[in-house]
Amino acid sequence: MGAFILRRMVGLVIVLFAISVLVFVIFNVIPGGDPALRLAGRHPTQENIRQIRKDWGFDRPLYVQYGDMMERLFIKRDLISYQDQTPVLPTIERGIPRTLALAVGAAVIWLVTGVLIGVLSAIHQGRFLDRILTVLALAGVSIPIFWLGAVLLYLLTFRYHSWAIFSWVPPGGYVPFATSPVGWAEHLILPWIVLAVVSIGFYARVVRASMLEVMNADYVRTARAKGLSARRVLTRHTLRTCLIPVVTLFGLDFGAAVGGTVILIEPIFGIEGVGQYAQESVAHLDLPPLMALTLYGAFFVVIANTIVDVAYVWLDPRTRIE
Amino acid sequence: MTVEAVAVPGGRGGFGLAWRRLRRNPAAVISAAILVAILLVCFPLAPLFVDLACHHGPNDQNIQGYIHQGGHRIPVVGLDGTPIGPGLRSCYMLGADANGRDLAVRILYGGRISLFVGITSALLCVFLALILGLVGGYRGGFVDSVIGRLLDLIWSFPVYLLAVALATTLAVGGLSVGPLHVSSTSLAIPIVVIAVVFVPYVARPIRGQVLTLRRMEFVEAAVATGAGPARIMLRELLPNIASITLVMLTLIVANNILVEAALSFLGVGVPVLTPSWGNIIEQGYSSIVTAPALTVAPGIAIMVTVVALNVLGDALRDALDPHARIRIR
Repeated sequence: MGAFILRRMVGLVIVLFAISVLVFVIFNVIPGGDPALRLAGRHPTQENIRQIRKDWGFDRPLYVQYGDMMERLFIKRDLISYQDQTPVLPTIERGIPRTLALAVGAAVIWLVTGVLIGVLSAIHQGRFLDRILTVLALAGVSIPIFWLGAVLLYLLTFRYHSWAIFSWVPPGGYVPFATSPVGWAEHLILPWIVLAVVSIGFYARVVRASMLEVMNADYVRTARAKGLSARRVLTRHTLRTCLIPVVTLFGLDFGAAVGGTVILIEPIFGIEGVGQYAQESVAHLDLPPLMALTLYGAFFVVIANTIVDVAYVWLDPRTRIE
Repeated sequence: MTVEAVAVPGGRGGFGLAWRRLRRNPAAVISAAILVAILLVCFPLAPLFVDLACHHGPNDQNIQGYIHQGGHRIPVVGLDGTPIGPGLRSCYMLGADANGRDLAVRILYGGRISLFVGITSALLCVFLALILGLVGGYRGGFVDSVIGRLLDLIWSFPVYLLAVALATTLAVGGLSVGPLHVSSTSLAIPIVVIAVVFVPYVARPIRGQVLTLRRMEFVEAAVATGAGPARIMLRELLPNIASITLVMLTLIVANNILVEAALSFLGVGVPVLTPSWGNIIEQGYSSIVTAPALTVAPGIAIMVTVVALNVLGDALRDALDPHARIRIR
């Protein structure tokens, strides 16, 4: 197990290095992606462009520029944005707790609800409840997530805000947990639900499929035959096995949510986390923050992948064969 | 246990059987009908609707215009800038936007772009994935590990961030490779970006399938008859992965329509002046309080299309999967 984890860690470093090179290539080498042209604005003179290239170091060899970028990102930590020359890293650091609060809460909701719906569907396979839940799950997967957020926000904070049950819904924004735990939760409930909806449908379908497979397995029949209660068979025998694929999925999806999907949710609700910073940088076509954020997102995804691999081997001893 | 025997009616191939199963699945028939209706309405019927009923195109502004309804003269855009809302009439059925453009017409024409981007990017994505999956899976060895690492690398990126990064750099300067120049406002940019980002999601299952097929007797037999690698890949392996590819194509179209909307919403998808479902939401969202239809209607169009595609993809998988527990009388 120790050797396995060590090997995964080495792989992790290699992948992260490759990703940072790729991100650098995307932003600096793609034809037409000359950053000096962008900095110079509209109708620049040749002299202007040459000066900017020199000032920002774009005239040096690419590997020097890459090294410089990494140094500024990790060691000097003084990367500044092209748009307004503000430092990038403090803004990201300010955003991370907000983004994590959003993603963790949503993850709890989608995990619990998704597994619950999947189990209910499988137990009632083919009957009315199963049909309804399947349709709902499918609808959830098919909604544009930012649209759902926008429409819900409109309905609950404007159209039906006067209804007593919705009058507490705040019009977006973020309150730190330390300031007011209740306000924190109130501001996050809607974003949590919106971010969770897509995954709930997906998890419900996965759990349902693997439940149906496991429910017919011999050891489940044995468990039932020796007289265990239905609940005990479900919790101890069936559910345990069919949660293994969920663990894999969960790691991947959580990484993807923290590292990417938040870009579509945070601007709608004004959470001002990492995702909103990314969205604003896109709007300004501002490269240094985008590059830092892409790396940040990729880090999350890759680390989540590694944790999943390790957890998978730990959960399912059969995969330990080398 | 149910008996999984499938009586093969004489003279029917796998696809014939699948077609029969599909026709007997009401969900598949309904979703296919919805999709055909959407395609018909967006492509051939949209200009007809414009010519016969409402006489203005998707980009025609009409800020100072009026419409007559029930003896009243209603401004298309009110003095306070609030556009007309939805109502039962031939023009401005779903209302107008702040520039007096007809929302219904824009959704029809936007559907063209969204469907076009979704379908072409899915085709491109599946095409690339087929090449990588077939070559990697069949050749194995060094080629396979290079392809595998490349796919892993793309896979490691958060989808939206990679798409946004690529689309942003391309949206600034366009792309010029040798004599080929793609303008920064070209539709090709979102299509290529979406296709590339999702290649690993399709290539991995295909490669897995090819890996198992490669060891089967019919491939060995083909090698024995002297068939070259290209022939084996195209004539022996490709037909065997056609069904899984078809299912994935349907699901990827659904997915890509959602991604197009998301990229357009972020401002790096379809160029702003071209209406697409994502762009219409993006432009309408700022006035959601005064004119909610501008946000709600295109979103519903996306949802209906994507649900139909997902249902059809699931039904296709059920119909094409030879191990599906379906009895045919």
